[in-house]
Amino acid sequence: MYSRRAALSRSLQLAALMVAAGILPRLARADSGPYDKAAFEAKSIPDLLKALGAAAPVESKDVTLTAPDIAENGAVVPIGAATTLPDVKRMLVLVEKNPAVLSAIFEISEAVEPVVATRVKMGQTSNVFAVAMLADGRMLFAQKEVKVTLGGCGG
Amino acid sequence: MADPMKIRAQAADGKTTVRVLMAHEMETGQRKDPAGKIIPAWYIQQVSAQLNGAIVLTAQWGPSISKNPFLQFTVRGGKAGDRVAISWIDNSGERRSDEATVS
Repeated sequence: MYSRRAALSRSLQLAALMVAAGILPRLARADSGPYDKAAFEAKSIPDLLKALGAAAPVESKDVTLTAPDIAENGAVVPIGAATTLPDVKRMLVLVEKNPAVLSAIFEISEAVEPVVATRVKMGQTSNVFAVAMLADGRMLFAQKEVKVTLGGCGG
Repeated sequence: MADPMKIRAQAADGKTTVRVLMAHEMETGQRKDPAGKIIPAWYIQQVSAQLNGAIVLTAQWGPSISKNPFLQFTVRGGKAGDRVAISWIDNSGERRSDEATVS
């Protein structure tokens, strides 16, 4: 015999169970995760470091940036960021001369390799950076100049 | 509702390479329409990837990611038959999730 109250408490129990099992928080996470607006609005690399609260980055051979020498179409520039270092927390992709410097932040977990690839837009010829943020707070980067013949942010 | 993502996940040598192609305008907010008005920014802000229901990678994106974004990453472990799920949410609150099986 089900009363409404019993049904309600039952569904609450179920919800609690789902939370315990880690089902609900995961669903909720996609929208509740913080979006680092300040970082994505940074216009220069010093501004970005300030927004991220990060230390000054150091160039490192252990970080690899894969990017073309010349991008004919600035709207689609393939960029790969990789590192062989352990304990990587985040990988960042930056384009120095874009209206906003930061293109992407990847949160690297134990379950994935610190190797990511994506495509970015570039307004003009610029240095591109791949930055690895380590668990101990170090920032290591690799850079490369990509020449753009046709800008990707044109109006 | 946005078009479905194309997800390909291939296991080899104890790693699973996942490639995702999402369908999204990724409007920067810098461009102007023919009347000279700025086209408002509309882009994917957050992406998350799951292997068998556990989050393995999340990302935050700015508007400078290309239209119809491409994402590739490598998961440690994973075998044929595992489920890879990708979801994104854009700055207008629209979201989409898709799933694929590792081959």
